[in-house]
Amino acid sequence: MYNCSRRSTLRLAALAASALALGASGALAQDKLRIGYTISKTGPYAGGAGITTLPNYELWVKDVNAAGGIKLGDKRLPIEIVEYDDRSNSEEAVKAIERLANQDKVDFILAPWGTGLNLAVGPTLNRLGYPHLAVTSVTDKAPELAKRWANASFWLGTSAQISNALAELLGKLKSEGKIGGSVAMVSVADQFGIELASAGREAFKKAGLNVAYDKTYPLGSQDIQPLVKDAMAAKADVFVAFSYPPDTLAITEQAQLLKFNPKLFYVGVGTAFPLFKGKFAANSDGVMGIGGWNADSPALKDYLARHKAATNKEPDRWASSITYASLQVLQQAIEKVGKVDRAAVAAEIRSGTFDTILGKVKLKDGLLQEVWGVGQWQNGEFYALAPTSLPGARAPVVPKPEWK
Amino acid sequence: MLLIDILLPGLVLGGMYALIALGLTLQYGVARIMNLSYGETLVAAALSAFSLFMGLQLSPLLALFLAVPAAAGLNWLLYRYVLMPLLRRHSDGGAREIDSILATFGLLFVVQGIMLVAFGGQYYSYSYLSIPVVVLGSTLAVNRLVALAFAVAIGAAVYLALTRTRVGTAVRALAVDANAARLVGIDVALLSGLAFAAGGALVAAGGVLVSMFLTFNAAMGVVFTMKALVVVIMGGIGNVMGTLAAGLLLGLVETAVARLVDPGLTLAATYALFLLVLLVKPAGLFGTAQR
Repeated sequence: MYNCSRRSTLRLAALAASALALGASGALAQDKLRIGYTISKTGPYAGGAGITTLPNYELWVKDVNAAGGIKLGDKRLPIEIVEYDDRSNSEEAVKAIERLANQDKVDFILAPWGTGLNLAVGPTLNRLGYPHLAVTSVTDKAPELAKRWANASFWLGTSAQISNALAELLGKLKSEGKIGGSVAMVSVADQFGIELASAGREAFKKAGLNVAYDKTYPLGSQDIQPLVKDAMAAKADVFVAFSYPPDTLAITEQAQLLKFNPKLFYVGVGTAFPLFKGKFAANSDGVMGIGGWNADSPALKDYLARHKAATNKEPDRWASSITYASLQVLQQAIEKVGKVDRAAVAAEIRSGTFDTILGKVKLKDGLLQEVWGVGQWQNGEFYALAPTSLPGARAPVVPKPEWK
Repeated sequence: MLLIDILLPGLVLGGMYALIALGLTLQYGVARIMNLSYGETLVAAALSAFSLFMGLQLSPLLALFLAVPAAAGLNWLLYRYVLMPLLRRHSDGGAREIDSILATFGLLFVVQGIMLVAFGGQYYSYSYLSIPVVVLGSTLAVNRLVALAFAVAIGAAVYLALTRTRVGTAVRALAVDANAARLVGIDVALLSGLAFAAGGALVAAGGVLVSMFLTFNAAMGVVFTMKALVVVIMGGIGNVMGTLAAGLLLGLVETAVARLVDPGLTLAATYALFLLVLLVKPAGLFGTAQR
């Protein structure tokens, strides 16, 4: 029932002791960079945190320490981690952030997983003055929040960006005569699903598409078949689900069972997970979903290999590489500033240009602009398709092949 | 045929609910232990089935032969060495229930922690028997039908064992009044342990079977504990047939609401039905009011 694992409690105790010792002898020269984070190791968010966030934090720390650490002035400081489990609870996450800042006195804090927790800890990180790299959060509030919180940056775009990218692709395919104009849409009834669906409704209309079926389902539904059957009855060429990982897998499995094979099949979070390919194998071919990456990029290929070697699993093809890139940005910003000046580092993150595995990264108004909204499984890789204007966008395969 | 399209998938979903609840009805209804780590046992079985399938290509249906005896053994040890010393402290039912809730609440975190260390927090899912079969014009998945068949078979077997055998009769006597059962020469500790172990075996069977079609992770146990609790209370605590009926009814209602009204209301329908049953028959569908 305690908020942190025993190991981190022990570490905390050791840190407290060393902090006391340091305090007595005044400010000694730093020989480590202490970085803390709170992550959902238990509770409903553990599934997402365990694939996208935690492995990348671990990989990054390993990579940085293997290279000697982060360069401050003329010295390289290795990273030391302080970790808490927030149990997928926003109050716990806020408490953990307070503890990291006030008791552990860490130099920097990494973001928790998910839109909900990032919004929950946002005000606290802002008040404490720590840079907040809210990577795994998708919300239409992001531009407004980035204005309000000078320390914050957002990396996955807004719900509207994802829906717009999808609508743009659908509009283009319709004008090419590859799909008809009607869409069947289902969405999970929580903030994520509601925002994406309402942005989608608007964007589809603008792109000249007609939403023939539009229903929500409660979080944690254990049988999705009725929904898929009704969507099937709508006889739309395009099926869109703004869903969470368990539902994404269940919807795809049911569609396959019912031989529901619309020309374009788009499902939500989880499509980009290696798990999806593992479960559906050849049947994943042609399935579209949120995210995607430029799989031909040598930097990302190298990242994929390192991720596999270090964590024994593949990264997801949406937010994983962005998470890693955001950490590279943090490192380069710290090195440019040259000291633990959190306000200056936060400002540098928002104004600087950085070299990352995604290529050159430059935020605009605190938001990463180049975010993929649609990807597609093609021959065992999840390629990014839209926005079609971004470099590296691949051509979609439509109609999707029959289920095997 | 909309009617059949509701009836069959509804029964299949209900079969899954009954399957995950059958073990709890033995553990809570008969052995009188409100096992809060119930869902974790289920997830542990599901993760084991996943590992056996991915690592050794062992069919989940064969994995049952490993998981069920292992779970029965572990649950018996748990009862004998953790729960029994606690239960011995009190003769009063209420105090025993509180002790067992606290102990199994702790156990929940132990089991979950072990699974998190071994498997991490990410989702697991695999495909097995994900083959469509058309029954009376309605398409169903073979893996879900298998789960329904097991639920009915296990439910019937447990029901017959409880009503037609001498041990079963003794177990029922225990469920009614443990102190009086002792007076007529029933070995209460032995039989409670047996019922608890049997409950553990059933939940492991449920875990292995649902792993064929549900996506799960190490942190998801509480979802299953909640669903099982709703089904068990609705059916009448300790009543195996009641659990089966309540599970099937829930599945039917959810599917009907999803098809006829709105898929967004399935959860609301579940709890509305639960409330209604509690209002009309406070002891559950098949339960008998106590004293």
